[in-house]
Amino acid sequence: MSEPAAARGVDRHAPPVGPPIPPTAAQLGVYLALGVVFGVVLIKSEVVSWFRIQEMFRFQAFHMYGVLGSALLVASPAVALIERSGLRSATGERIAVPPKALGRGIRYAAGGLLFGVGWALVGACPGPMFALIGAGAEVVAVALLGALVGAWSYGAARPRLPH
Amino acid sequence: MAGTKWSAARPTRRSPKAPDVLEALREPWPWYVAGPLIGLVVPALLLIGNKMFGVSANLRTLCAIAAPGKIEFFRFDWRRIGGWNLAFAAGIFLGGAVAVTALGGAGDVAISAATRADLAALGIADFGGLLPADLFSFAALATPRGLIAVVGGGFLIGFGSAYAGGCTSGHAIMGLADRQIPSLIAVLGFFAGGVAATFWLLPLVLGGAS
Repeated sequence: MSEPAAARGVDRHAPPVGPPIPPTAAQLGVYLALGVVFGVVLIKSEVVSWFRIQEMFRFQAFHMYGVLGSALLVASPAVALIERSGLRSATGERIAVPPKALGRGIRYAAGGLLFGVGWALVGACPGPMFALIGAGAEVVAVALLGALVGAWSYGAARPRLPH
Repeated sequence: MAGTKWSAARPTRRSPKAPDVLEALREPWPWYVAGPLIGLVVPALLLIGNKMFGVSANLRTLCAIAAPGKIEFFRFDWRRIGGWNLAFAAGIFLGGAVAVTALGGAGDVAISAATRADLAALGIADFGGLLPADLFSFAALATPRGLIAVVGGGFLIGFGSAYAGGCTSGHAIMGLADRQIPSLIAVLGFFAGGVAATFWLLPLVLGGAS
């Protein structure tokens, strides 16, 4: 953010604050490579499938719950360990996961509900959308355009919405 | 399955193990392989650059690039804050292409018989591939149900994730892994909204007799 104080304490809508300089080309390459791995996993595990999402919301198979649950079983202790160890990242920053401000919590409940409806209709969330377009499902680009209009509309409406 | 087609063209090797692994990679990956791999992305991003796993911030960043206008939400230094995540999203796109071209892609999805029966009752006829052609084709986009599902659903994904400050990756994985209460509220919202849409909205949209 252009105003660091707001970015740290008040404006919790802001994406995580990065290093003071833009990432180098080499760093971007590492993020790109990690994205490739994630994209491959999303397709090969079928979690990008509209059918799998329907199966999940109908509680008729374990697959999606297994993916999300085992991802958490790995990520949760890893995050706790990293935070407790006070490690620095390869870019030299002290690693910290800032807590999200709860506030009245309306944004999480209302935004979550709306997102969930969209997730059930499209059968894909933002990550899988990128993977599906890469895998050749061109129609999903239309859903992504819709998502961009949605995000823009939120930005425009934000001052009038309860959070 | 693509795997059986490929085995005929596969060159024979001395070691039986390497082809077995390649063969297995071309099949759908089970949850206990995919989940832990996704989980590892979280510490990897932290260790590489103190970045928090999440994809939906890219929607905000793309808006900030394309049409920030006078909207405060989109007026930030997107190169510094969102640059890494754009590279990550570009990687996800490439990963989708790699999965299809080099790793056998995804064939028909072996969903449960119960789901298949429920969806057939709603009027889904084509169970081939990852997405139903009944909704996800350019021809279907011209129909009300295709338009509502793809464009309307897309809009809600963008609006909802921006409102909630995260999507499945940011809240359901990163946020829950960090035991954050706001993320738990958001994830409960995801599932409440998704279940409600599945049982009440989808039958209306698909217009099938259920």
